[in-house]
Amino acid sequence: MASISTLNTAAASFDAVSSQLASGPSGRKPRRIFAPRNIMLYGALTVAALYYLLPLYVMVVTSLKGMPEIRLGNIFSPPMEITFEPWVKAWAQACTGLNCDGLSRGFWNSVRILVPSVVVSIAIASVSGYALANWRFKGAELFFSILIIGAFIPYQVMIYPIVIVLRELGIYGTLTGLVIVHTIFGMPILTLLFRNYFASLPVELFKAARIDGAGFWQIYFRIMLPMSLPIFVVAMILQVTGIWNDFLFGVVFTRPDTYPMTVQLNNIVNSVQGVKEYNVNMAATLLTGAVPLIVYFLSGRLFVRGIAAGAVKG
Amino acid sequence: MAAHAPTGRPSQLFRNLNAKIASIPMMLVALVIFLGGTLWTVFYSFTNSRLLPRLNFVGLDQYERLWASSRWMISIQNLAIYGILSLIFSLVIGFILAALMDQKIRFENAFRTIFLYPFALSFIVTGLVWQWMLNPEFGIQSVIRSLGWTSFAFDPLYDPDIVIYGILIAALWQGTGLVMCLMLAGLRGIDEDIWKATRVDGIPMWKTYLLIIIPMMRPVFITTLVIIASGIVKVYDLVVAQTSGGPGNASEVPAKYVYDYMFQAQNLGQGFAASTMMLLTVAIIVVPWAYLEFGGRKRG
Repeated sequence: MASISTLNTAAASFDAVSSQLASGPSGRKPRRIFAPRNIMLYGALTVAALYYLLPLYVMVVTSLKGMPEIRLGNIFSPPMEITFEPWVKAWAQACTGLNCDGLSRGFWNSVRILVPSVVVSIAIASVSGYALANWRFKGAELFFSILIIGAFIPYQVMIYPIVIVLRELGIYGTLTGLVIVHTIFGMPILTLLFRNYFASLPVELFKAARIDGAGFWQIYFRIMLPMSLPIFVVAMILQVTGIWNDFLFGVVFTRPDTYPMTVQLNNIVNSVQGVKEYNVNMAATLLTGAVPLIVYFLSGRLFVRGIAAGAVKG
Repeated sequence: MAAHAPTGRPSQLFRNLNAKIASIPMMLVALVIFLGGTLWTVFYSFTNSRLLPRLNFVGLDQYERLWASSRWMISIQNLAIYGILSLIFSLVIGFILAALMDQKIRFENAFRTIFLYPFALSFIVTGLVWQWMLNPEFGIQSVIRSLGWTSFAFDPLYDPDIVIYGILIAALWQGTGLVMCLMLAGLRGIDEDIWKATRVDGIPMWKTYLLIIIPMMRPVFITTLVIIASGIVKVYDLVVAQTSGGPGNASEVPAKYVYDYMFQAQNLGQGFAASTMMLLTVAIIVVPWAYLEFGGRKRG
């Protein structure tokens, strides 16, 4: 199928991304640091970097100011008096509708959604990828093709049938339902990721294990799994950031008391009632962005690999 | 492996049984959800379902109503403006950043980390930050006014005519880092000898990029294009967070139309028809690409 081989090339080029980024630029370093060309080059890069950093900076300084200072000053000025009150308020007291127990509720909901979703989706996708790479059977590629094409279909087309299925199963609006949804939509990209990785392992290993009489699960758990920790880490990064950042599924498949953090954040900030407390809003926004940001800064190049693969995710 | 099974085996069905059992979730998702769900939605877009899906066929009624609705027309118009501009700008900005990064610079890691971090953030966070940055009372507009340019006006989120550009700014901030990364990988894949050859021939650098490097990077550009384009069609969270579709309905997008009609206005038929149009849009992008890239080759 065309789309599979396309995505394979795409995935291969993403792998190339990470390996080439890992090796870095080659050749000798430029000699004259203050040559006009270098000043222009670093000047342009620094300006661009400042532009990308500006919103983060504004978020941080706004969240540390009191409201009177925000009304007086401008958004770029550093706080004259640092206060952590907005953070406390965002975490424990901010209101969504009638609930005034802050973002902490959304945070814990997100954690309760995240952990099982990541585990289940990776478990299922890795086994499917393994079956596709090593135990091909008639029709497997066809299903896989449909799966990959599905990655390009807008979620909106499939949402309502899923609502019906979950309602019939009696789990619409529950965390279990949302875990299933995240597993479903994580399938294409994760299966592709694992399939390509397992296919790249030396096939002799698999054959040797077969000759020694190992079966499907034995080979998976004792050979494939221990050999593929890096790809599991990539998949985890991909899923943790993806699921944490999800908004659409949270809105569609949960009820107000099980809203994930992104949905609750949006409700807090965009609520029409009351006086706008910009410092609390920015603290709440930072709190919600903190988890993926921490993952990003800790994982470095593995993240690049993960998001590059995840970019094709529907 | 199993495909080459010797003939005379009792049953093909039970070969690789474990692999088949393990693939059941994949098959179910592919068949029931992706294929079945899509067909179901397309099918029901020809009915007049309102609160609940009903099999009462009305032909193309829903589509006629959809294309007659001013809100949908605004959504499509916004998507077109946003889509074309964000394609152009993210490719141009991403490529320029990548070209700068490819000049054997110091601190490459630091720069890359900075350019890419917005991509780790959700569209909700992105939208809310930029809502604050573009706040006319406190944000960029007021800062520039306080510097002395009192007539300066830049409040895209409150001006129906330019609100979509306010959303574009946020989207570019979030997404260009990824484009830069893909482009940088493409540039690194280019043979060093080509640079040496152009240097020997005395071709200026900008000309080398324009006439030699970019044509060589065609596959990278196409992959990036498809990735950006299929993301554009689905833009939803960003608009919800930044403007909730406002002011009025000036920043509505198709994905939001679908959600609102399916889950708020309880007019399922309209939601189905609108989502089928989204599917069509994606197909228009993806099918020619798949055909162009792999139409000639016949592979499993």
